[in-house]
Amino acid sequence: MIYEVFRQEKKGSAFAHAGSVEAPDITFAQAFAHEQYGRRQESEALWVVPRDAIHEVHDFYDELHKTYHRVDGYPLKEKLRVARERAGTARDR
Amino acid sequence: MTDQAFLQYVQSGGQVETTDWMPDDYRAKLVKFIEMHGNSELMGVLPEREWILRAPTLQRKLALTAKVQDEVGHSQLIYRVVEDLGKPREQCLADLISGKSKFHNVFHYPTKTWGDVGVIAWLVDAAAIISQKALLKCSYAPYARIMKKICWEESFHILHGRDVVLTMMNGTGEQRELVQEAVTRWWGPLMQFHGNPIAKDEDPMYVWRIKSQGNEEARQQFLDGYVPQIWELGLTVPDPKLRKNDDGVWEYSEPDWDELKHVVTGHGPKTQERLEFRRTFLEQEAWVRSVVLAQAA
Repeated sequence: MIYEVFRQEKKGSAFAHAGSVEAPDITFAQAFAHEQYGRRQESEALWVVPRDAIHEVHDFYDELHKTYHRVDGYPLKEKLRVARERAGTARDR
Repeated sequence: MTDQAFLQYVQSGGQVETTDWMPDDYRAKLVKFIEMHGNSELMGVLPEREWILRAPTLQRKLALTAKVQDEVGHSQLIYRVVEDLGKPREQCLADLISGKSKFHNVFHYPTKTWGDVGVIAWLVDAAAIISQKALLKCSYAPYARIMKKICWEESFHILHGRDVVLTMMNGTGEQRELVQEAVTRWWGPLMQFHGNPIAKDEDPMYVWRIKSQGNEEARQQFLDGYVPQIWELGLTVPDPKLRKNDDGVWEYSEPDWDELKHVVTGHGPKTQERLEFRRTFLEQEAWVRSVVLAQAA
């Protein structure tokens, strides 16, 4: 069985994928992951997950260019310049 | 995607995941290259293992044991990558012990003294880390990712080796002779380590961006980084032609490519003995695997 291992480097940080181990069962998988990804105190905690339990999702399309739900949909610089001019608060930069 | 489009993709810095489509030739080259790396990590522990029981102090014994564990761990990580590309670990091990697949030239030689332990951990690991750092940019992302952990661990191995060498150089005349004798004996294999100076655009491993640098580039980087460190200790290198030219390029005597070919095709002084050792252990411990697998089933 293949188990995927996720590693938390510091308390409070996100678990990130570290690699995988091959083991006959979860007990061995945990022991192997412990040796492979934590024996130098480089990890705070590990998640050991059977590969079959992971479902990948991809293909994210943006045909409609929905910039309204992202920061790049709001280029304010030009509008701000006009607004400042209108209000008489434009500064020389 | 066509093979041509894939080639353009990797050549412009694109990275590939296990589940992505890839040309058969790319997959075959990856398996061959990565498997050879896994074999080398596994065979590389054998020369060092010989010195665990003969280490001069408890501290050195612990450090050497830890290094051996690291290298075996690297081979496990690397064989996992090969396995996900379609070749099972059992098959990799079978091909290794039957002599069908290869491992790095430097692991086919004997270790004669404690000086060898220092020189291997310092200079052989230095040569290896230059190749491995270049693999951080490998077009096959799962391999590039595990290389981060491997390079991190190799960085202390080099320090351990340098510490062994410095301790001996600060010791007695006899100890200094052991280091010098080891450097002299290992120089040839070290110069062969990065392979013949094939132009990188003709090297299929570079063309597919499995490697990110050419062989000669790696050797020049090794010479530039380590020859000054060897010289500053009062050690000499057995090559009267070795010098850095004004243009920054190191000049050296042609390495013995026939020896390299002879050694990696299974004719090194220790090749058969070490493969026999692997074969014996694989057979001797087969019962452990069958018990564990039966219990898990």
